Amino acid sequence: MADPRGFLRYRRIEPPHRPVGERTRDWAEIAAPIAPAEHDRLIRDQATRCMDCGIPFCHSGSAGCPLGNLIPEWNDLVRRDLWAEASRRLHATNNFPEFTGRICPAPCESACVLALSDPAAAVTIEKIEQAIADHAFADGTVTPQPPKRRTGRSVAVVGSGPAGLAAAQQLTRAGHAVTVFERDDRLGGLLRYGIPAYKMDKALIDRRIAQLHAEGTRFRTGCDVGTDPTLARLRADFDAVVLAVGAGATRDMDLPGHDLSGVHQAMEYLVAANHDCEGDGPTPIHAAGRRVVIIGGGDTGADCLGTAHRHRAASITQLDYRVRPPDTRDENRSPWPLVPWVLRTTPAHAEGGERRFEVGVQRFVGDDHGRLRALVVAEVDAHRARVGAEFEIPCDLALLAIGFDGVRPGTLLDDGPATTARGTLDCGPDWQTDEPGVFVCGDAHRGASLVVWAIAEGRAAARGVDTYLTGRSRLPAPVTPDSRVLTTG
Amino acid sequence: MLYSAIPAARGLYDPALESDSCGVAAIVDIQGRAGHDIVVDAIRALQNLAHRGACGREPATGDGAGITLAVPAALFDAVTDFPLPPPGRYATGLCFLPRDPDDRARARRRIENLAAAEHLEVLGWRPMPVEPERAGIGVTADGCRPHIDQLFVAAPAAAGVRPGGLDLDRLVYPLRRRAERPGPDDAPAVYFPSLSARTIVYKGMLTAEQLAHFYPDLRDPRCVSAIALVHSRYSTNTFPSWTLAQPFRYSAHNGEINTIRGNRNRMRAREPALRTPRIAGDLTRLFPICSPGGSDSATLDEVLELLHLSGRSLPHAVTMMIPPAWENDPTLDARRRGFHRFHAALLEAWDGPACLPFTDGRVFGAVLDRNGLRPGRWWRTLDDRVVFGSESGVLDLPPDQIVEKGRLEPGRMFLVDTGAGRVVPSDELLAGLARTHPYRHWLRAGQVALADLPRPDARPRTCTATPQAHRLFGYTREDLDVLLAPMAGTGREPLGSMGNDTPPAVLSPRPRLLYDYVTEMFAQVTNPPLDSIRERIVTTTAVAVGPEDNLLACSPEACRRLLLPGPVLTADELDTVRTLTADGPHPALATRVLPALFSADGPSGDALAAGLTALCRAADDAVDSGFGLLVVTDRGAGPDSVPIPSLLAVSAVHHHLIRTGRRTRVGLLVETGDAREVHHVAALLGFGASAVCPYLAFDTVRALAVAAGDDPDTAASNYRHALVAGVLEVMSKMGISVLGSYVGAQTFEAIGLGRDVIDTYLPGTASRIGGASLSDLADDARARHSAAYGESDSGTEELDSGGIYRYRRDGEPHLFTPETVFLLQHATRSGRADIFARYSDEVDRLAAAGGALRGLLGFRTGVHPPIPVEQVEPEERILTRFATGAMSYGSISAEAHTALAVAMNRIGGRSNSGEGGEDPDRLGDPLRRSAVKQIASGRFGVTAEYLADATDLQIKMAQGAKPGEGGQLPGGKVYPWIARTRHSTPGVGLISPPPHHDIYSIEDLAQLIHDLRCANPRARIHVKLVSGVGVGIVAAGVAKGHADVVLISGQDGGTGAALLTALAHSGTPWEIGLAETQQTLVLGGLRDRITVQCDGGLRTGRDVLVAALLGAEEYGFATAPLVVLGCILMRVCHLDTCPVGIATQNPELREKFTGRAEFVEQFFRFVAEDVRRRLAELGLSSLDDAIGRVDLLEPATAVAHWRAAGLDLSPLFVPPVDASGGRPQRRRTRRAAPPAGETLDDRLRSAAADALTGSRPVRIEARVRNTDRTVGTLLGAEITARHGRAGLPDDTVRVELRGSAGQSLGAFLPPGITITVTGDANDYVAKGLSGGRVVVRPDPTAHFAAHTQIIAGNTLLYGATSGEVFLRGRVGERFAVRNSGADAVCEGAGDHACEYMTGGRVVILGATGRNLAAGMSGGLAHVLDLDPVRVNRDSVHLTAVEPGDLEPLRKLLAAHRDRTGSPIAAALLVHWPCAAARFTTILPVDYARVRAAEQRSEPATAGAGGG
Repeated sequence: MADPRGFLRYRRIEPPHRPVGERTRDWAEIAAPIAPAEHDRLIRDQATRCMDCGIPFCHSGSAGCPLGNLIPEWNDLVRRDLWAEASRRLHATNNFPEFTGRICPAPCESACVLALSDPAAAVTIEKIEQAIADHAFADGTVTPQPPKRRTGRSVAVVGSGPAGLAAAQQLTRAGHAVTVFERDDRLGGLLRYGIPAYKMDKALIDRRIAQLHAEGTRFRTGCDVGTDPTLARLRADFDAVVLAVGAGATRDMDLPGHDLSGVHQAMEYLVAANHDCEGDGPTPIHAAGRRVVIIGGGDTGADCLGTAHRHRAASITQLDYRVRPPDTRDENRSPWPLVPWVLRTTPAHAEGGERRFEVGVQRFVGDDHGRLRALVVAEVDAHRARVGAEFEIPCDLALLAIGFDGVRPGTLLDDGPATTARGTLDCGPDWQTDEPGVFVCGDAHRGASLVVWAIAEGRAAARGVDTYLTGRSRLPAPVTPDSRVLTTG
Repeated sequence: MLYSAIPAARGLYDPALESDSCGVAAIVDIQGRAGHDIVVDAIRALQNLAHRGACGREPATGDGAGITLAVPAALFDAVTDFPLPPPGRYATGLCFLPRDPDDRARARRRIENLAAAEHLEVLGWRPMPVEPERAGIGVTADGCRPHIDQLFVAAPAAAGVRPGGLDLDRLVYPLRRRAERPGPDDAPAVYFPSLSARTIVYKGMLTAEQLAHFYPDLRDPRCVSAIALVHSRYSTNTFPSWTLAQPFRYSAHNGEINTIRGNRNRMRAREPALRTPRIAGDLTRLFPICSPGGSDSATLDEVLELLHLSGRSLPHAVTMMIPPAWENDPTLDARRRGFHRFHAALLEAWDGPACLPFTDGRVFGAVLDRNGLRPGRWWRTLDDRVVFGSESGVLDLPPDQIVEKGRLEPGRMFLVDTGAGRVVPSDELLAGLARTHPYRHWLRAGQVALADLPRPDARPRTCTATPQAHRLFGYTREDLDVLLAPMAGTGREPLGSMGNDTPPAVLSPRPRLLYDYVTEMFAQVTNPPLDSIRERIVTTTAVAVGPEDNLLACSPEACRRLLLPGPVLTADELDTVRTLTADGPHPALATRVLPALFSADGPSGDALAAGLTALCRAADDAVDSGFGLLVVTDRGAGPDSVPIPSLLAVSAVHHHLIRTGRRTRVGLLVETGDAREVHHVAALLGFGASAVCPYLAFDTVRALAVAAGDDPDTAASNYRHALVAGVLEVMSKMGISVLGSYVGAQTFEAIGLGRDVIDTYLPGTASRIGGASLSDLADDARARHSAAYGESDSGTEELDSGGIYRYRRDGEPHLFTPETVFLLQHATRSGRADIFARYSDEVDRLAAAGGALRGLLGFRTGVHPPIPVEQVEPEERILTRFATGAMSYGSISAEAHTALAVAMNRIGGRSNSGEGGEDPDRLGDPLRRSAVKQIASGRFGVTAEYLADATDLQIKMAQGAKPGEGGQLPGGKVYPWIARTRHSTPGVGLISPPPHHDIYSIEDLAQLIHDLRCANPRARIHVKLVSGVGVGIVAAGVAKGHADVVLISGQDGGTGAALLTALAHSGTPWEIGLAETQQTLVLGGLRDRITVQCDGGLRTGRDVLVAALLGAEEYGFATAPLVVLGCILMRVCHLDTCPVGIATQNPELREKFTGRAEFVEQFFRFVAEDVRRRLAELGLSSLDDAIGRVDLLEPATAVAHWRAAGLDLSPLFVPPVDASGGRPQRRRTRRAAPPAGETLDDRLRSAAADALTGSRPVRIEARVRNTDRTVGTLLGAEITARHGRAGLPDDTVRVELRGSAGQSLGAFLPPGITITVTGDANDYVAKGLSGGRVVVRPDPTAHFAAHTQIIAGNTLLYGATSGEVFLRGRVGERFAVRNSGADAVCEGAGDHACEYMTGGRVVILGATGRNLAAGMSGGLAHVLDLDPVRVNRDSVHLTAVEPGDLEPLRKLLAAHRDRTGSPIAAALLVHWPCAAARFTTILPVDYARVRAAEQRSEPATAGAGGG
């Protein structure tokens, strides 16, 4: 039972970030160092603000957390200083809270009842989640949970992003022999190479993989499934296959000057930067001293922004064709508990750079050497149609962060399961594709989405696989393939 | 049922639920001088009680009236054509026989044969003259009228003398009982109102007026008696009968026996052990002692008769059955305690409100129940007669003839022995009874207290609280977090708020516990719930367990008992009990443990049945082996054995032992892992266990305490305290005060249990829609078992979430989900019909998936061709049928309260003030006022002005979320503006008592309806009931009480605060209650005179239509409009922390309120449109056409739920018929006939015309009598209507009355009226006094000293807000209850004076009863020569009169002296101020604090009264 007056006694406070000037000089996480006891107290006070709602919207799938995190329950346990119990309750629904506690945009906080009248007043759910997870690892209470008995069935999981890892962990714990296939050299998928290190320390991935490993999950990196091994091979070798291959088909813009040197996909930039951080040698796309323009106002754009700051770019401009969102919630357009359509200012935005709205790139302008020199942009309407005069923005490096279009094309798709019009893999209510024994989850099914959705789908698909293999399952399924968030549409 | 118009059970109507209540009176000549005038006076008294009886559809058919006389031998000598033995040597009685001559002949022949078999001599039959035409009896009564003959029998002479009197009564008793039982030869059964050598009863389905007209005997001057006892019946039901009219053979009963089910079960269980030398022959020919089909009063009389005829005096037998509250009375002497304790071992108390006069022809006596919930008054006259009556003024006695008058008091017996020619003082009588045997000695030898048993060697005990055990018994995280932890921490069951929107257990997708299938019954209207907190002195939770002896004997063996301090035992204590062995010092209490387990293999239902059979066989074996205590245990489960749900195990054993005649030979205890909530323990006790050891729960709270760093012993002790206090609360809801009587009382109704479960294992439990089978229950138990013992591979060790109190995705389904709340709010805020359609579809889908019973009902669309929606009546007409639920200003904020009112006023619907008054600023404002004003038990803010402003007045008898319970507004929510509206003190918590203290019976409700009608003749009067078995019959009583509207609330209704047990486990869905109400009203021909409203979780147009088809004309919504205003079901209403500014008074939070009246309007328009669309689909053009059309409902085809297979909803669809054969009326078509005739108030109104118009003072003199009820209120209403709150200048209208004023004298009287009665007054004087003045003083010619005598009855000044009352004499129970601002003086008071008082100044110049100032939180009482032990000090302290109070006290004394001529007041004033030292001030602690703070800050305004 929560402290009913907690929210009246405490205001929302987030753990402090390091000063901008300091943090942009390195790749470490931006959180300021804080004494553990003080941090615990801060987090406990914040957890005390949770009201233990009769209807915890934060916990609901349609508005809050797709994982169904038992947020009020672990908030209360944290309030009562019962960190180990909180970790158990947290891990009951979430395989990787140390990831989501850092990089989830936290729809739970949008849906928090305290955000009803003031979106900035929500319980700091994400920070509490992170604190519980960090506490648990520090206390050594995150231990391998190998299955009590083996089923003798085997599963191949393709892709080691959050969806694949979640499915793999659930299936391993259910007693199946699971092998994870990863195309890259390191495990983690987008967590590893898509997310900048200042948002999430990559060591966290290794630490978690170690737990999976100890539980019996096997991993194979550098395997481009579809090519080698082929899907058919996997289907022959394993009793079931889970495709968690992400939605890596990036959108492109077919504009004049598109081929100029200095025009890159955002993902190219981010992946290369991450490899650099991992010690794989300097990135070929460095922003140091360059005038950077990021095209696209979403999260990937923001990641490029933070990375470019750390590359010490000369200037950074982020363009968005959409109107600037309001600073406060528009009750008609995005009423609580929906994620509010308001101007989001990430820590990367706080670090600098310029944002421009209602502008669309018309063409890229190069110099004589075929290097990008500037962008010609114009004011546009909601349909990206030009409504104003063109003007130039000087630019050496343009990063295209304009979204993804389903599963990356390749041989996997050529002879693989049926896809949807959106380029993602189709499946039935049991997550099975039209290929028997082949399941899908994560972005590969849903399209580019949040890490919590990836984990939720991984968990749910694991139940589908387990049922497929054994005829029944006790694994939880937080979502169904047709789960959708609430909208006013 | 013989000679009755009671129809057979049909649909949801069950005649077994009929109950009654009434008026009684008696005339007794103390010297035993028989006279016809006594008969005449008694009949006159009966007629003066006519208003307490009731009439059904026809005024000429009464509910029943009758008279008991000593046998008038001279009359019978004269009218018989055969010789009679000397008086007393023959027995006689009326005999109700078939009208058909052949049947009659056969019946008489059978009686004669039986007489011969009983060795009795039939002296002859006298055709009883009756005059139905002269009496003018109604068609219904005449239709079922029996032929009546009078039988005379005698016993053969032994030694030349025929046996007579009591001896003869013992001989004819078997004859009568056998004759009344249907014979094997198919001869029709008959009924004898009495058959006795000593008394004779004349009774029938008559009105009080008709009785003497119907029986010419009663008018014959030769009909003489020294004792005449009369009774007038108000059967709650519509269907009275000739046989259930009263008096019965020995008693007449005004009240209700709440424990009747358990009493009957136990009597049946006792039968095998019954033996008495005083009744000849085999007693089995008399069984069952409790005749089937009898009323509770009839059963009570049957047992009383048995106890009496088997050797106990009538007063002794009565004291056994209705003992005083001896348990907590330190003043009782040891011998009397011994007497009561001994008899408690023999017979449980028959608990419930009762005024029970009784007679055997020689003695006349009367007692009240331990609570004193029925009035009883008596007068002794100069010529040594006693007049007794349930109210004052039943006879016009010249004041100068009265030498003494008094009232029945709880715990004391009033007894006249006409043989000895004296009134036997109560103490003498009871002390005499206590001396008849060495009871104390016997008890010392036979009884053993748990504490006295040697503790077994302390064995290290392994903690049972493992995850495996928790899974095995279905524990959820919620059980741990929401229930157990708070109980262990605080010692109290936690509170919750809002309504319950989860499915009934039978429809739940989760394996619910069997407990969840039974819901607690609660008292409403016909019997009051109790206040177990403030009136703790009448309750006891101690329990004695062990074998019983022959009830009819009196021997030391009868009290071999183990005394338990309470019904919840720890494992250690149970181990101690287990040390009782056959070779120990208490062999009669030797204990055997019976495992309650079943196999994990084989077909589940068969396995469970086999387990139960084995358990019952083991119980048989244990009893036969001489064990005196059985412990049913579910310990010992393992991979192959599954625990039997302990409720099933206990009830199965209990009923099996009853069936096989073994039950009373053992005490039954249960040791279980599944019980953890209050409801669980209550159910185990209610179904037969005497005590419960919830070992797993105890271990769990200890483990939780250890984990949290708390002391495990304290946690366990707190937890037990919470359980026991909670059980007491559950008992109190049913009006049961004694745990021993609650055990086995089965005050539960099942929802969703199939016949196979009910009939075999829970027999006698109402279960009206079938449901889960034994296999289903076994499957659920096995599912839990396999969760515990099967492999766990979910990757988590967590228990299930539960999700009942807090929504969880993997928990119990709810109807309000994140999605539906969002859609509803967005739809009504944006005005988007498409979103509203999504909302409706989703709610209806959730309901159909099993979320609510109504979801399982489908519409039959093909009956009428669909019509275009344009042809359906307009939205505006539908909107007028909508109401919002009662939510008080105080529980919700001014913004929310006003928004609802504005919305409803705009659309022509009605909002409801709730119980908390209304801001005077809103009264009279057509836009902002609440059209419906509620009158609840707290009477907060119920002033004349408030009543006058109402369109509807709603009497809240119960609340869906917590029926049978009161309410509390915690001090923290009593902000100054709330206190002002409620006439209380800011910061001081407010209590609404569980009962209305002016409604202890159905006739009291009729009285309150009448009071309100007088206070506002234009308003409709509602009565709000909660759905529960029998609600239809209460609704019929409400209709007969001339209410305009009856509201049936579902158990899912909301609340600002309720105990979780009540929220989850009390009441039933409205679908059942509404259908039962409709069927019963139609059956009784009452439907056309009352409007039926329905509420409880209505959310969509579909809900409205289901309610309409089931019979409701109007529809209330509460939670849904709140959600529209922004409520997100935080469920913290009780904490004042509502984050959306609705259920809070905190200004900071109210800032966050975003609701607007327009949203609410939009909601109702959407719903109305939805209703129109659905009506069109059904081919109906108006809601009127839909009301009661159950033929358009059918079970939904899509019911896929596995456990629902056994559900049978067809009782809901039974088309009602009219019992009289008329065309069934489906809805209201006429106004309730207001009681005819000019009242005293009508005359007062004309006489006061001058004052009303010109404010010119007038003085009116008149006679008054007890039938003049609510005197002054109509006149007051006129004044309020013309002059508002301020009324008229003081003393403008002076009404001088002489006589005995009827009930509710001066109710709601506004300023400017003074009513002075010279004589006396009945109950409820100055109820709701609103500024007027009431004076009652004795007649100057009276012989007695006024201050020693009773001047006015019970429950005076209830909810008074201002004004003055002066009473020269003593008054009854609960003087100044909930007074919140009036000043009053009396000269002595009964128990519970100043209870719940929140304001005003009360002066008591005489002795007080017990429990003075219980729950008093405001105002002051000054008591002369106070006996401090009488004070309940929980919330008050005692001080000398403070200087600032001296002058107000003196002024009141002076006014009392001047207005009443009180010599006491005069004497005190002569010695003033020295006399002030004799007063003690009772000062509520909270009030003192607030008063002190006020005096510090603004000394000028701090005055007494707070109002």
